[in-house]
Amino acid sequence: MKMMWFHLMPYTELPDDFREKHPSVWVDIHSSLFDPKRAHLMYNDFMDELEYAADCGYDAICVNEHHSNGYGLMPSPNLIASALSRRTTQVPICVMGNSLALYNPPTRVAEEFAMLDVISGGRLIAGFPVGTPMDTCFAYGQNPSQLRERYLEAHDLVIKAWTEKDTFAFNGRFNQQRYVNIWPRPVQQPHPPIWIPGGGSVETWQWCAEMDYVYCYLSYYGYKAGKATMDGFWAEMDRLGKDRNPYRAGFAQVVAVAESREQAIELYTEPAEYFFNRCLHVDPRFAAPAGYSTEATQRAGLESMVKKAANAQSLIMGDKTNRGMTMADFVDRGYVVIGSPDEVVEQLNALADDLNVGHLMLLMQFGNMGKELTQYNTRIFAEKVMPRLKTRFSEWEDRWWPKPMQPAERAALPGFAPKLAAE
Amino acid sequence: MSEPEVSTVDVNGFATRIWRKGSGAPLGFLAGFGGLPRWVPFLDRLAERRTVIVPSLPGFPGGDRGHSVLDTHLDWLLAVRQIIQAAGLQGADLAGSSVGASMAAEMAALWPDSVRRLVLIAPFGLYDETDPPLDLWAQRADQVAGLICADPEIWRALKAVPEGANSVEWPIEQTRAVEASARIFWPLGNSRLERRLPLVKAPTLLLWGEQDRVMPRSYAARIAAALGGPNEIRTIPGAGHLAELDRPDMVADAILSWVG
Repeated sequence: MKMMWFHLMPYTELPDDFREKHPSVWVDIHSSLFDPKRAHLMYNDFMDELEYAADCGYDAICVNEHHSNGYGLMPSPNLIASALSRRTTQVPICVMGNSLALYNPPTRVAEEFAMLDVISGGRLIAGFPVGTPMDTCFAYGQNPSQLRERYLEAHDLVIKAWTEKDTFAFNGRFNQQRYVNIWPRPVQQPHPPIWIPGGGSVETWQWCAEMDYVYCYLSYYGYKAGKATMDGFWAEMDRLGKDRNPYRAGFAQVVAVAESREQAIELYTEPAEYFFNRCLHVDPRFAAPAGYSTEATQRAGLESMVKKAANAQSLIMGDKTNRGMTMADFVDRGYVVIGSPDEVVEQLNALADDLNVGHLMLLMQFGNMGKELTQYNTRIFAEKVMPRLKTRFSEWEDRWWPKPMQPAERAALPGFAPKLAAE
Repeated sequence: MSEPEVSTVDVNGFATRIWRKGSGAPLGFLAGFGGLPRWVPFLDRLAERRTVIVPSLPGFPGGDRGHSVLDTHLDWLLAVRQIIQAAGLQGADLAGSSVGASMAAEMAALWPDSVRRLVLIAPFGLYDETDPPLDLWAQRADQVAGLICADPEIWRALKAVPEGANSVEWPIEQTRAVEASARIFWPLGNSRLERRLPLVKAPTLLLWGEQDRVMPRSYAARIAAALGGPNEIRTIPGAGHLAELDRPDMVADAILSWVG
């Protein structure tokens, strides 16, 4: 099993009464809550944490894209990934990802991802989310009725821009370009591995299977709630005659480790409650603009309450359910995998058994967790949990992992001394 | 209230419903936000004196997924033009509400011969940043009824699943209508209709619900000032955005007296 360290980059100083006084963490969160000088410190801490995770030996470090969002300070994950590609040497960098329909022309994504792949020496994982309604339709003004068609067309354009050797004209429904010829071209051929973060729509699963892409379910509500969606995914893979290679899938999980369960509860309760109660407080009016969910997804939702939990509204529905919830609830429900190293190994083995997911994306900084605690969590997991899970799924080949340049071909990196080595 | 005669025409490969009832000179009606999933009393009032013809807009109830192939505003105008002609409304009197009113105004502007006399009920299409329209696409589901109609029960009754209807497909059709309006007007509702209003030469009656919470009433004067033909503004007391649903008799009377 690959263990990937994922940062959302939340603003860590939302007020205690945020939930009561403010309608939403997303789209119309008030600018008065943002202090740029405090955010300077946050960004630098966050990037330190990602670099620290690389030093600790995580399989990859991950960043993602959100807009007008108090729990995700990365409108451009590519900027962070660019800095990381110069501050790390070996670790794959997973940009999870760029919402293709938001870029005009979408070849911008082909260019920037190619730059990242070249600078990092072929370490990029290219994520292509449709993007949430909050990010795409509201913060970025995209038409919900055209979003998916634009996304699919942009995908085709980006792939062609990466793989076509000659300058070509693209005559799309939404994008027309006379001269497409990106420089640079990606190191990884024909292109970096493509991963698709998505909700529980059957169409997305089918598309991932058809294109041979990794499907990632990035829920914040843990492996117990995520089981219905992943069961649906694997049932669809079976139906399509695909193997059950766990590396076809990724899953995000909040994880908190300490020496003992009691100590873990004491250390992580505040950041967990901050994350679930403040960061995920989203106004439902932004949850479901008509047209964002396909009619097939709506039909599945109306026909089955199980699938409803997996649609684009899951985050909002979670927020409603969570009202007034505390750490004990988050732990009971599996939102947070928590405890001593033994207990966390046990829970993550259960996750691996239940979800059959080869790419585990670990949310180890969450809410207002500071750098010191984040690094503690990161290091104790790396030392005491990771070695015991590494061999899970070793019988399967991960065909969706970056293939970097050979060390001998790589640039000598600038004067960067890994912090652990310096200690 | 008896049922109208129903027929369909093919528009871009999608079966598009046309309702017809009554006798006398034809009078077209293009429905507003959310469309008409069922026949309403307002249309009966019109049918008492005229042949009322109600074509569905693409993606609206009765309009199948016609919206899904319309990518630009020109695509929309040509599709609606086709529907108007196929419905036998060329040269007829035309009324429209909300989204439908915007399309009715476009028809009169671009094809002046296609419309005799025009009635617009709180049309979409304008945007004034000092007095913006409500963002109807970003509302909590339980609040929409009270924003569209002065009496929310009227909207709820219009949208309620009828006895024997498919309980899955019916709500999808209602969502589709909202999507179709978004496809035309996302994100601000501004189709720059104002630029084309001077081309409208047909005599135009502008109706506005006194309690319209969606389209600012200040837009009535802006539209009147821009129109290229004679026009008149009338406010409908006790009515919200879809005034024809809140005050069917009053709105029907106003339309019938305007078209003569």
